[in-house]
Amino acid sequence: MTLEMFFQHFLNALQWGSFYALIALGYTLVYGVLLLINFAHGDIFMVGAYIAFFIASFLLGSYSLQLPFVLDGNTIFVITVIITMVVTSCVGVTIERVAYRPLRKKGAGRLYVVITALMCGLVLENGNLALLGASRKSFPELIEKSIYTIGGITFTNVKILVIVTTILVFILLETIVRKTKLGMAMRAISYDSVAVLLMGIPLDVVIVFTFILGSSMAALAGVLFVTAYPVLEPYMGAMVGWKAFIAAVVGGIGEIRGAFVGGFILGFIEIYVAAVFPSTLRDLIAFAILLLLLSLKPTGIFGIARAQKI
Amino acid sequence: MRKGILLVMCCLTAVIFLISCGPEAPKTIKIGFNIPLTGDIPKVGEGSKFAAEMFKEKVNAAGGIKLGDKSYPLEFIYVDNESKAESATAAALKLINQDKVLGIIGPQSSKQAIPAGEICNNNGTPMISPWSTNPKTTKDRPYVFRGCFLDPFQGPVAANFATEEFKAAKAAVLYDIASDYPKGLAEFFKEAFEKVHGPGSIVAFETFTTKDRDFSAQLTKIVKSGADVLFVPQYYDEVPLIVKQAHELGWKKPIMGSDSWGSAELMNLCGDDCKGLFFSTHYAAAGAQGATKEFIDKYKEKYGYVPDDVGALTWDAIRLMVQAVQNAGALTGDMKKNRDAIKDQLAKIKDFDGITGKMTFNPEGDPSKCAVVVKISNTGEFEFYKSVCP
Repeated sequence: MTLEMFFQHFLNALQWGSFYALIALGYTLVYGVLLLINFAHGDIFMVGAYIAFFIASFLLGSYSLQLPFVLDGNTIFVITVIITMVVTSCVGVTIERVAYRPLRKKGAGRLYVVITALMCGLVLENGNLALLGASRKSFPELIEKSIYTIGGITFTNVKILVIVTTILVFILLETIVRKTKLGMAMRAISYDSVAVLLMGIPLDVVIVFTFILGSSMAALAGVLFVTAYPVLEPYMGAMVGWKAFIAAVVGGIGEIRGAFVGGFILGFIEIYVAAVFPSTLRDLIAFAILLLLLSLKPTGIFGIARAQKI
Repeated sequence: MRKGILLVMCCLTAVIFLISCGPEAPKTIKIGFNIPLTGDIPKVGEGSKFAAEMFKEKVNAAGGIKLGDKSYPLEFIYVDNESKAESATAAALKLINQDKVLGIIGPQSSKQAIPAGEICNNNGTPMISPWSTNPKTTKDRPYVFRGCFLDPFQGPVAANFATEEFKAAKAAVLYDIASDYPKGLAEFFKEAFEKVHGPGSIVAFETFTTKDRDFSAQLTKIVKSGADVLFVPQYYDEVPLIVKQAHELGWKKPIMGSDSWGSAELMNLCGDDCKGLFFSTHYAAAGAQGATKEFIDKYKEKYGYVPDDVGALTWDAIRLMVQAVQNAGALTGDMKKNRDAIKDQLAKIKDFDGITGKMTFNPEGDPSKCAVVVKISNTGEFEFYKSVCP
């Protein structure tokens, strides 16, 4: 492998890892607060992508209901991102309200909530299949693509956008969780959700806020994903979601740094394995390495051992 | 308890009574369709179903098919195989045992057609796969036929076309190793290309697995390998992603595909990136004549888009099946006898004039017919470019 190719793969891996990292952040946020593995998260990512598709198509004037003015691609992209994050957050909060909260109030075991999450994911997938059919949708090209070549390394503006956004999101979330009052409340709930109530912290508000954060990250990941890989299908969230979950566990689930690092580790392993070996071995080697990492440090890279975990 | 025994006895008597009545001769010509209505390639299933519905309406409006002195209406049963191998075998079994069809059309892709062919052959039911190009589908299976040419023929067509048209001396291939069709075709292409340009002329032979969305690692290797042409024998699901990512990584040379590209959905998903590319296929919609044009016009009028090759091949496969039923004569009450007669008649068909070309079955159940190389025009139409016959 020449140096040039090494850096090209490096850039590819940064982009691919960014998606894992963004989705893993959502898993880790919810787990950090509720100790709940929100298995519907991969499908919320898919829902986000579809919402973005409909909003972008609407803003582009593809439907009979037209806007009175014409927007340029970049503006449409920004508006799409914002509206998608808001709408997808509503979906996330609705799921929490309808599926998880009643169980929590009844004091159901955590296992039941996890199973419920799994069901919610399947409902979203198959609901989409029933509603929109199985045919693929093509995401419109909102940002005009430019291809740059510097020193034999080729990249697009979309690639840079994805990587930079992921890093910014990471910094933002770290700040929210570490520096704000809400973040402090989130951390407190994960320590002791009973004592927190006695301290006058509104438990439900903080949980809803967590779901808003997590779902809007999934929405952001969804928009960026379909901008980079513009084919939408109902099952697009399943595999990526599972892998991002594994990335979050490897990084240490519940830790924001963990999700970020875990996502990039998985992205790098996948790209470099496919670059050196036949790609059939990709998942085999990738997961063997992750298994080894976990057996060396069962709590994940940044994880702290806790008394109870599922 | 006693009531229970009585009930069981009653049921048994009823069953024995029903069996002793003996099978009746069927009142309709029942044909099963084992097609992907959901899953990875739903557009393929839709195209097949639309073509079938069109055929059924035409025949039934004219009073059905005349066998002996009786007219039989056509009855089509569509079963979704979800584009999965397991579901395709289950669908075949359901059609054979439960629906008691005379013959089966489909599955379309080789991934499902190979296992489903095994089931049909073992159960003595004639099956025609309109679209499966892998040799294994019909090999050593007297009951299984197909409506299209084979990969060992399509591979050299693509290799020779790349050599002549692009003056390619080195080629790269990117294919899905977990799927029978791309894997078979990639290997036939490699064999044919290396025969002309010597071993080592395939400078990159890269793989991925179904459902992959990122091909940057493989494409980086391909771009740096110095190949003159990239061959991608994939379905319309992956082609847009591969082509776009190749262009993003700086690939400016030609990309060539196979008949799996020829879906009406390809241009909706791919857009400008696919314009100017070539692929080998069964028929070209732009510039068609005669019965082919008639089929295209009718289909377009009814469903609002130009039919892809699957639709046309399915149309031909149904006509082949119906032709065999007609040649076999009157239907009897013995399902096995009916099915065997249809199979024998299918094997005997000679110079069948289909809308995708003339067909004669060889003893293996494969037709010999011509391939077409299509260029995707600047308006996104599949234009006839060259015809290649065996």
